[in-house]
Amino acid sequence: MRKMLAVARKEFRQIARDTRTLMILLFVPASFLLLYGYALNFDIRHVHLAVEDRDHSAESRSLISAFVNSGYFDLVATVGAGGAPPARTTVIDRLLSDAPTTIGLMDRNDVRVVLVIPPGLGRAVQTSRPTSVQVLLNGDNANTATTVMGYALTIVRSESARYLPAAAVPLISVEPRVWYNPELRSTLFLVPGLIAYIAMITAVVSTALSVVREKERGTMEQVRMAPLGAASFVVGKTIPYFLVSLASALVIIAAAMTLFGMPMRGSWALLFVALSLFLVGALGLGLLISSVADTQQVAFQMALLVSFLPTLMLSGFIFPISSMPRFLQVVTYAVPARYFLIALRGVVLKGAGLEAFGIELIALAVFAVVVLVLASARLCRQWV
Amino acid sequence: MRRVGFLVWKELVELTGDPRLFGIVVLAPILQLFLLGYAATTDIRDVPVVVADADRSTASRELVARFAASPNFRIAGVVTSPDEIDLYLGRGRAWMALTIPPGYGETLGRGEPQKLQVVADGSDANSTNVALGYATNLIAGYAQDLAARRIPPGAAPRGGIEPRVRIWFNPRLETRDFMLPGVLALLLLVITTNLSSMGIVREKELGTLEQLNVTPLRRWELVVGKLLPYAAIGMIDVCLVLAIAVFWFDVPLRGSVALLFALCAVYLMSTLGLGLFVSTISSTQQQAMMTTTFFFLTPMIYLSGFIFPIENMPTLIQWFTYLIPLRYFLVILRSIFLKGVGLEVLWPETLALTVWGLGVLTLAIARSTKRSD
Repeated sequence: MRKMLAVARKEFRQIARDTRTLMILLFVPASFLLLYGYALNFDIRHVHLAVEDRDHSAESRSLISAFVNSGYFDLVATVGAGGAPPARTTVIDRLLSDAPTTIGLMDRNDVRVVLVIPPGLGRAVQTSRPTSVQVLLNGDNANTATTVMGYALTIVRSESARYLPAAAVPLISVEPRVWYNPELRSTLFLVPGLIAYIAMITAVVSTALSVVREKERGTMEQVRMAPLGAASFVVGKTIPYFLVSLASALVIIAAAMTLFGMPMRGSWALLFVALSLFLVGALGLGLLISSVADTQQVAFQMALLVSFLPTLMLSGFIFPISSMPRFLQVVTYAVPARYFLIALRGVVLKGAGLEAFGIELIALAVFAVVVLVLASARLCRQWV
Repeated sequence: MRRVGFLVWKELVELTGDPRLFGIVVLAPILQLFLLGYAATTDIRDVPVVVADADRSTASRELVARFAASPNFRIAGVVTSPDEIDLYLGRGRAWMALTIPPGYGETLGRGEPQKLQVVADGSDANSTNVALGYATNLIAGYAQDLAARRIPPGAAPRGGIEPRVRIWFNPRLETRDFMLPGVLALLLLVITTNLSSMGIVREKELGTLEQLNVTPLRRWELVVGKLLPYAAIGMIDVCLVLAIAVFWFDVPLRGSVALLFALCAVYLMSTLGLGLFVSTISSTQQQAMMTTTFFFLTPMIYLSGFIFPIENMPTLIQWFTYLIPLRYFLVILRSIFLKGVGLEVLWPETLALTVWGLGVLTLAIARSTKRSD
């Protein structure tokens, strides 16, 4: 125990001496949250729209203004006002009078959507004949495209309902209600994810190099000579970084609550337990990396591979786990951020308790113990 | 020139002499690509839905069957009272609850309008948004079918405007086709910037950089010799990633491959220049690692448009993104892959990338010269 504390004290001094590193560890995470919490969202507004109106009737103008007034679309261009005949007539752009302009607009990303209204729309609607409009959509970003398509379909359908005979109007209407995050603010779901990501990289970055560095510099020899077990060495290395990363994580959480209106509906004690378990696991992972790698370069690449990317991609932070292929879903069980996110969102947004994420807390604890034991075992072998 | 050759040789010997590093440089991109290729889907499938069916009529069962049959939804449970959905949503056993009020079937049978309530768990706002869209569309489709049943065939002509959506560039709306070209850009950044910055700082820490400084090597020769091997590694990774993306994941590559490689080289100039720059401002590898991770890597991942669309960001941040080279390279890559366009469209991005690369290289070389004096 005393030996362990000695290692912790030595590590503390080393951290305190390198002011730049300490400052980075303490304050950069919070400023990250500020920047990204403010910058990132999936709320799609102001989609650039171009219109090719070949009808010029009251109905076509009404449809266009329905798009503009929805608040989702910004009309930025009008294409070929009855100009030259199509230069390249294919099935796809049969309706386009000015295909080159449209293709140019889409290629340069000037617009994401083109609404093409065929001639005779107004007449068709008045005489109750079915007609159609074309919506050209840039699909490169599938996520954005799906949402935009939803907006466009809804607008056209509700515009269309105005011209339908009363008997054909569908009877069932949907009344959507959203719990926990009624305005569907993407900030509220991104911020917990960012907290997990930032806490993870802070913790791993701080320990991943700690043992390799001593190996590279040769000071590991001295540690090995000292009357000190591998386990107390590992725990001693973890304690100071645990305190530093805990401090920085608490700063982030405080920032999330004051600046981004993240609610706190559950118990602080549970949040603290989840956070501590997650951080110890992350620090242990860093130490494990450090004990496996021989050079700092390797350690860093490994850290990226096993901690940063899985936390970003496989934790359910950005991509929903339930949509992943089966084998990848199995892999996500090895990603601690997965459990932490469930617990964090549960405590903070839903006010849920142990009955909702007790298993996740156990999983976090198991992960922490396993990586710490593995790291000690690896060091033990190198010791002799 | 021969001296540069020797230096490149020395670096390559060192790199290959560390089998773990070499393995990682080759394996990491492959692994990451596979992870992302399979994980990066924002399509929502199998959303667990709990149904609170207070009606239990033929009509309500028909609606539930619609949900069960859709690939987007999975019925997580059927309960009778709306109070029970709390249990499902709170514990995350269902993301969405469909409540069917008592008398639903009768109301519809009389031809009166009926409201249905859909409750969604908003803690994952993005998925919820998409899932709500699916649910609304599914119910709207069902309602339309019901309406069609009520009108006797051939009675009155059905008017109305039908939207026909035509999706360009990525007609199947595959998230993968959009993400994988981005991964190429990200990998090049992660690997080349970090390896080069840490490699140089390592020599500084070990003191061998001093030895190189006293050799008759000129400044630029030293820089070129140090950076070229990393550029070579980068190009190997480009080939690997391209091969996997195109042949394994079937990402369409519609533009010119030659142009793609040429612009990768331009991009490497900026990532390596950045690595060199970081090495001039760091004295330990840990500092180099933190500086790259925190100040370059993370902002680039989040603010370049790699995952989060730039057009959704506040205007102020949008201006800021013009400073990020990855932003330009992402546009270039995705346009070459999906749109098949060439320099006639991409010249502004190419120009920006070139200026950025030359700028950071010059800055880094200038800084490293000053230090050695």
